[in-house]
Amino acid sequence: MSTPTTAELKPAPPPVETIRIKVDGRELDVPKTMPDWQGKPQPTTMLQACAMAGLEVPHYCYHPKLPIAGNCRMCLIEFGTPMMGPDRKPVLNEDGSPKIARSVLPYEPDAARGAIACATPISPGMELYPSSAATKQMREAVLESLLINHPLDCPICDQAGECKLQEYSVEHGQATSRFVETKVHKPKQVDLGPRIMLDDERCVLCTRCIRFTRDVAGDDALGIVNRGSYNSIAAYPGRQFDNNYSLNTVDLCPVGALTSKDFRFQMRVWFLKETKSLCATCGTGCNITAGAREEKLLRFEPRQNDAVNGPWMCDHGRLNYKWVQREDRLSTVISTRTGSGTWTGVLAEVAEVLRNAPKGSVAMVLSARQTNEELYLLNKLAVLCGAITDSIAREGQGDALLVSPDKNPNSNGVRLTGVAYTEMGIQIPKIAAGIRNGQIKTLVVFGEDVTRHGLEGDVLSRLDHLIVSDVLPNETTQRAHFLLPGCAHIEKRGTFVNVKGRLQKFMKAVEPKGDARPEWEFLGELLQLLGRPENFKSLEGLFNQMAKDTPAFAGLEWSRIGDLGVNVKL
Amino acid sequence: MPQEYRLILKHADEPGYTPDIECYLRHGGYESLRKALALAPRELPDGKRMSAQEQIRDEVLKSGLRGRGGAGFSCGLKWSFVDRRSGKPIYLICNADESEPGTFKDRQIIHKDPHQLIEGMVISCFANDVKLAYIYIRGEMPEGAKLLNKAIKEARARNFLGPNILGSGYSLEIHVHRGAGAYICGEETGLIESLEGKRAYPRIKPPYFPAVLGLYQCPTIVNNVETLAAVKHIVAMGSGEYAKLGTPNNTGTRILSLSGHVKRPGYFEVEVGKVTMGELIFHENFGGGMRDGRKLKAIIPGGSSSKVFKAGETFKLKRKGPDGQMAAVDVGILDLPYDFDSLQQAGSMSGSGAIIVMDDSTDIVEALANVSEFYAHESCGQCTPCREGALWMSKALHRMTHGHGRKADADYLLHIAQNIQGRTICAFGEACAWPVLSFVKKFKDEFESRGAADEARHGSIQGATGHPTAASPGLPVI
Repeated sequence: MSTPTTAELKPAPPPVETIRIKVDGRELDVPKTMPDWQGKPQPTTMLQACAMAGLEVPHYCYHPKLPIAGNCRMCLIEFGTPMMGPDRKPVLNEDGSPKIARSVLPYEPDAARGAIACATPISPGMELYPSSAATKQMREAVLESLLINHPLDCPICDQAGECKLQEYSVEHGQATSRFVETKVHKPKQVDLGPRIMLDDERCVLCTRCIRFTRDVAGDDALGIVNRGSYNSIAAYPGRQFDNNYSLNTVDLCPVGALTSKDFRFQMRVWFLKETKSLCATCGTGCNITAGAREEKLLRFEPRQNDAVNGPWMCDHGRLNYKWVQREDRLSTVISTRTGSGTWTGVLAEVAEVLRNAPKGSVAMVLSARQTNEELYLLNKLAVLCGAITDSIAREGQGDALLVSPDKNPNSNGVRLTGVAYTEMGIQIPKIAAGIRNGQIKTLVVFGEDVTRHGLEGDVLSRLDHLIVSDVLPNETTQRAHFLLPGCAHIEKRGTFVNVKGRLQKFMKAVEPKGDARPEWEFLGELLQLLGRPENFKSLEGLFNQMAKDTPAFAGLEWSRIGDLGVNVKL
Repeated sequence: MPQEYRLILKHADEPGYTPDIECYLRHGGYESLRKALALAPRELPDGKRMSAQEQIRDEVLKSGLRGRGGAGFSCGLKWSFVDRRSGKPIYLICNADESEPGTFKDRQIIHKDPHQLIEGMVISCFANDVKLAYIYIRGEMPEGAKLLNKAIKEARARNFLGPNILGSGYSLEIHVHRGAGAYICGEETGLIESLEGKRAYPRIKPPYFPAVLGLYQCPTIVNNVETLAAVKHIVAMGSGEYAKLGTPNNTGTRILSLSGHVKRPGYFEVEVGKVTMGELIFHENFGGGMRDGRKLKAIIPGGSSSKVFKAGETFKLKRKGPDGQMAAVDVGILDLPYDFDSLQQAGSMSGSGAIIVMDDSTDIVEALANVSEFYAHESCGQCTPCREGALWMSKALHRMTHGHGRKADADYLLHIAQNIQGRTICAFGEACAWPVLSFVKKFKDEFESRGAADEARHGSIQGATGHPTAASPGLPVI
């Protein structure tokens, strides 16, 4: 086992001030303060204390990353506080233990008074009863209320299977309802914006969506109209709910009220195979869970990583998966020289070309969309051929929340593996000149359409050998002499380093089409054909070797990266 | 002989008394403000100095004045909770959102003597270092808003308001803000949200106690119109004299709104606790008795949200005996002194001081259906139990009053109401549950016999699809 990187080593935290309380009769020391939704220390709440005791207090409106609303009342729990005598000193039982006054309604001392666990701070000596009969009754009552006007249309609801109303009804609800009146009817199929559909009848009015878009996304677009039981969520009159974070409200919605127009009616969620992956749309590297069934990608959802994206991701990244399964994906390995259409045949030809290439006659343009492992192998190849290497910068618009102006997912990987230096693309004019003056005869391109980045068609036509790997067709792939179909990152495993220096791994969600293979696999074979030992049978072995050879990754092992990644020195 | 004691409404109904400032000044107006502003710091025996502001706050605390809005909380204590060290401005809001059904007392002050309120407010603001105050007036009272705006203009012109009031160095502005017609805006934190331009959703407490995190997250005092008017009189007469009015712990005067089936409905200012419920209803100085040939059936004692009393009820009240010991005494409903503590001990509350009297012509189910419909309409819908429960109860009562009752509906209603009270963000939960709980418990036979009669006529309905109006179109009625 290697030691963690220095970035992971932190000084021991100062001792935490704690409060002693009881949860369901069990004594427990909990920190006096805990982070609120913005990470600021605030007095620890009953809900946080129960979580520390291993008990989940059911809730709808509460969300750890949103300001507290306290409206759903699902987290009401019975509690008690040490009884105080007239002398302001605790009253003791005969055995010397403090006497506890259970919370009761001031006007009905037989009835328990609950407190909302999400917003009520704990105090020394407090006793929480999250499993008491009174607490259970309060939960039953809230669930009964939430269901009386609910359409109970689970069989046609997209949320079924991941619905808190379903889950809590099973866990905390009653089997029957006493309700015999007519249900309230509210707007259905409300078109809130380009990506969001609202069913007001399913809504439990927890206001998570309102708070998210107002307080996190900074777009006060949603609100409540009407009054009482007729309350309905609505977009501001004359406005579309269309900000780039709108789809997070679908994740936040504990019920089936807000649905994604992209995903609704596509698949029952329990059929989805879920894979931990990353969004590769920009340099932020939001953690995602990819949902697929039978090799078809159906949705991306953010996966919480507080070091990167919290629980959110942008709509653009979330919907940026459809191209992966485009009909025109490159799926045939081919050599236009011989017409060979097998990996063994084409790789043997490519190896022959590279083996015979004189030093200085090879250049490589390697995308910052390739994984660290691939870039590491490509760099080995470049060293072997004495090739000049570079990558392509991809600048765009960023925002204040998650979107990075760097539209490459692995710019730092390109730098750390030595493919390019701080400024990407400065070698491109040199490569173009080299091709023009006949010095460079072989060009290896991975994942870029170089005709759009300074190596136009007439430049490429001067080459003896154009070796290209990509996933979608473009002018460069059309001109390739050797075409090696690669994988979208969602079809393979690997690691990226995000703009802040977080090394994160991702897993394979779906199989690639046709001949397409993970680039690291065939690059290993190519290196072996060239007499190198880097033909790894597993990505784990490849990663661990790369970590040994790359100063920034020193000490890392695949098995120790974890689902949330590690920081590396940039 | 039981009679009115007019302190706040002393001049209001005198012939020729007008709401303008000249009339107010002719009747000694703004003298209490002059007195308050002229107060000199007082040396205490322990050498500490008590500022003018502290002296007024102390007077109000000692006067025993309890809030006239509904909860009856000590005004002086409320002021003492204000966070004065936060460095943030302190706001004072006059709650003039008088909306509790049966209540029409604050509008008497606003319409007939608005300067009394202004004077009380300026004194209260001075005492609490408030530089900016608001009057949040109910949207349905446009005339009141006009009168208040006029009064503020007049007061400003005479330097009772505005910069450097009467040369004291103290400055204050008051703005009138009109509500838009929602009962919940009378709930103090809902009012604050509304004043901030938001939906009047009451705030959760903790952490949003107005005294610490009120208007614009600053310390805020919210007082009822009548409470603020009383402050003027406490300053004028001194806390000792004021506390002599009324009864211990229930000091001063209150304006009561008497409505319903009495011969002489109206408003009456009385010393708190000096008049009994029976006197209020039957004495010729007050209600003058029931309508001819009718008998008393029920009394809602403190606005429609308070728990109903049934004619003939008796209560065990704690009373100090001649030996000075507390003892339980049986008191009949009509002998119940109308004060904060007695009504609370009798299981209800004096609330906003609105007494609604019902005689034996009243259909108690219809009466509750009416009250319930109001609360279902006014529930803001923020939190689950009240949002869903208030309409649920109203629908059940609507069904009962339209010939489709069930014998089990009495317990059904109790079950719904029990699940609302004490579980909501604000006291509206109690406001909508208490009428149902008390009406059904105290008149259960009427609810059950009505339901039984309907069932005998129609057969019983069962389950969510059983009720004729509840069945989904196209589905068979089980």
